Amino acid sequence: MSKMNSGAISAIVDARNTDFEVRSLDTHCVNVSKKDVPFYHNLKYMVAGIFFGIILIKSEVISWFRIQEMFRLESFHMYGVIGTAVVVGAISIFLIKKLKIKTIHSEEIEFQDKKFTKGQVIGGLIFGLGWAITGACPGPLMAQLGSGVSVIIVTILSAVAGTWVYGKFRDKLPN
Amino acid sequence: MAGVLIGLIVPLLLIMGNKHFGISANLRHVCAACFPGNISFFKYDWKKEVWNLFFAAGIIIGGFLAATYLHDPEQVKVAPALVSDLAQNGIDDFTEQVPTQLFNWQNLLTIKGLIFMVVGGFLVGFGTRYAGGCTSGHAISGLSNLQLPSLVATICFMVGGFISANWIVPFLLKL
Repeated sequence: MSKMNSGAISAIVDARNTDFEVRSLDTHCVNVSKKDVPFYHNLKYMVAGIFFGIILIKSEVISWFRIQEMFRLESFHMYGVIGTAVVVGAISIFLIKKLKIKTIHSEEIEFQDKKFTKGQVIGGLIFGLGWAITGACPGPLMAQLGSGVSVIIVTILSAVAGTWVYGKFRDKLPN
Repeated sequence: MAGVLIGLIVPLLLIMGNKHFGISANLRHVCAACFPGNISFFKYDWKKEVWNLFFAAGIIIGGFLAATYLHDPEQVKVAPALVSDLAQNGIDDFTEQVPTQLFNWQNLLTIKGLIFMVVGGFLVGFGTRYAGGCTSGHAISGLSNLQLPSLVATICFMVGGFISANWIVPFLLKL
């Protein structure tokens, strides 16, 4: 291999590593399939989303009123839903790890440990303040929009703006 | 029951394609795709995360399908104390899951509406990314994988929500 070629290759590797580093900031899923799967395979995630959206509506998890009740300790509906989801999720992950279950494309399922950051406290409190005001976290906002409350698009775009401002000032914030 | 189904989304996405359940990262992918603005936090290959956008689009469609074909004409049953508090501030329509007397296009021109829809949304977007996840990413995915940082984040979400729903929202409703 010529010198120039190896230089070009290491530049590509560097670019890939940088991309991974940036992508993995403040997020929890960075897993990418090593197989070259066709683009339409993404439709299966849309089907999963449709399933999730229907559950959110039918279980009233998207209700602004249910969120107020939860934080005012007037109803335990939301605690029951979230608590049950965590227990089912934990048992599932335990089984996936224990039985070394693979994906439908027979790839290994990867888990990354999270690191403590100041953002989990400060950002967590800020999100909590907003959550009670909008009465919805990001998933339910999508479902509310789909259910026909068109003005929620403004709330979603405001959330995009909030994320953008965070990205802009990320280096100046305690992390 | 809803909790069980939401919990099953965790292994569903993992087995479908090694993906961790989370929604708020989509807000960042939208920034990266549409207005990265030379900000390093948004300079990554968002196409690698396109599955998440498909999932979010599915939630919107699911919300539409549930509201259109599975609509329950009964009113959302709301805790009596919340009903009387809301009635004092002119909210007495409980037919939708979102109080449309508060969340509507006309109200966007009022301070109150602006705070509930725009400021609330901004806090959700800023806070979730700073915290590195929202209810799905931290409270469900993270706790299911027994991640202590996610527990810290979830507790902070709840503390922020308690403060907001009990002291800030009642004040905002009076505006």
